[in-house]
Amino acid sequence: MIKGIWWKVAGLLLILYSIIYGILVEVPVLPVIHQTIRNLFFHVPMWFAMFIMLGTSLVYSIKYLSSLKLKDDLIAAQAVNTGLFFGLLGLMTGMIWAKFTWGDFWTNDPQLNGAAVSVMAYLAYSILRGSIDEKALRARVSAVYNIFAFMLLVIFLGILPRLADSSLHPGKGGNSSTMGDLDPTMRMVFYPAAIGWILIAFWILDIRKRKRILELQQQP
Amino acid sequence: MKEIIELIKKDFLLEIRQKYALNAILLYVVSTVFVVQLSFGRVIDETGWIALFWIILLFAAFNAVSKSFVQEHAARRLYYFTIAAPVSIVLSKIIYNSLLMVSLGFLSLALYVLFLGMPDFNAWLFYPSFVLGCIGVASALTMVSAIASSAGNNAALMAVLGFPVVIPMLLLVINSFKLSLNENILLLQVIKSLTSLLLIDAVVVILAVILFPYLWRK
Repeated sequence: MIKGIWWKVAGLLLILYSIIYGILVEVPVLPVIHQTIRNLFFHVPMWFAMFIMLGTSLVYSIKYLSSLKLKDDLIAAQAVNTGLFFGLLGLMTGMIWAKFTWGDFWTNDPQLNGAAVSVMAYLAYSILRGSIDEKALRARVSAVYNIFAFMLLVIFLGILPRLADSSLHPGKGGNSSTMGDLDPTMRMVFYPAAIGWILIAFWILDIRKRKRILELQQQP
Repeated sequence: MKEIIELIKKDFLLEIRQKYALNAILLYVVSTVFVVQLSFGRVIDETGWIALFWIILLFAAFNAVSKSFVQEHAARRLYYFTIAAPVSIVLSKIIYNSLLMVSLGFLSLALYVLFLGMPDFNAWLFYPSFVLGCIGVASALTMVSAIASSAGNNAALMAVLGFPVVIPMLLLVINSFKLSLNENILLLQVIKSLTSLLLIDAVVVILAVILFPYLWRK
């Protein structure tokens, strides 16, 4: 983990900037979405943060299988928990957004199905961890499942929505790409917001990891 | 290679000696198909046909594949461990389960068609994607069964772990089934959906070969 406090402060400042400037900034007037487009600064960074967290978890799972150090397994598990937290936030912000633009909290959309399935897979990962008592066995089995599920879900989330013909999300099927025609002024808010949330995710992961290590030390 | 063939033979023999397991799955397929026939009659729209068929087949697959590692006792596991390499064990299980699943799939398809009729599918897309889908589901579930059996043979765990892993494959197969209903599909579309199925099968098998040795050593 990175030493120092500067990256935590940077994350906080970036998010503060994205909240304040994201509400003040001039957004392009589009039909149906109107002002709700500002949710882009909050909804999409949640998924970015989730993916980065799940990717971190994958890296630590692979590291565990090659090193067999329990600390790597601990970080992998906490990264999944943090990723799940951001995934649930992403689902919630998305559902509210969907209610106001598409008229329903849940629509049958490849992107939504992918999100639901990946949250399900990682909840299954937590259940798998809970069902094994022996530490080394738990670490090994859950690392294997983590790698297996991540690879399949990356295929599922990364390739399938692009193959699907109809999606309400931009950038898929007949719609135009998200980042390509994003307004330059909005990009000035969106990218800092994404970086800020990713930094905050790493901060949360750091705190969770330290708390877990302290808990383990207190146990006899 | 010889090891793998021997292990497949062993699994096949075990299956024949314990006929009740296979018969139970067949009876399950017959009864669910019959229930579907009772409630829908012969007339059923194509999407419903595809969905119900895969639901029936999916549960049959869960029953058929989940016992592949669960049926092995701890002592017997130790014995395999001393005589065979983990890679050949997992490959033999995947090949055996794929064969089982494909034959089970065709049997169920025959029954299903008998009771409910067959929509007008394009055979060039329908059968290859059916076989590839069966292989994919079987190999993914083999791996999940290995994971679940390491965690203490919990049946609920198998379902919970299996569904998220199987859904990508299922969606691809169902999409290509729907595509094969189309009367004038392009060759490019056929190739695209078949290669994506092939790709996902290959990924599952490669992952299983890489990851299984970590599960096996204890």
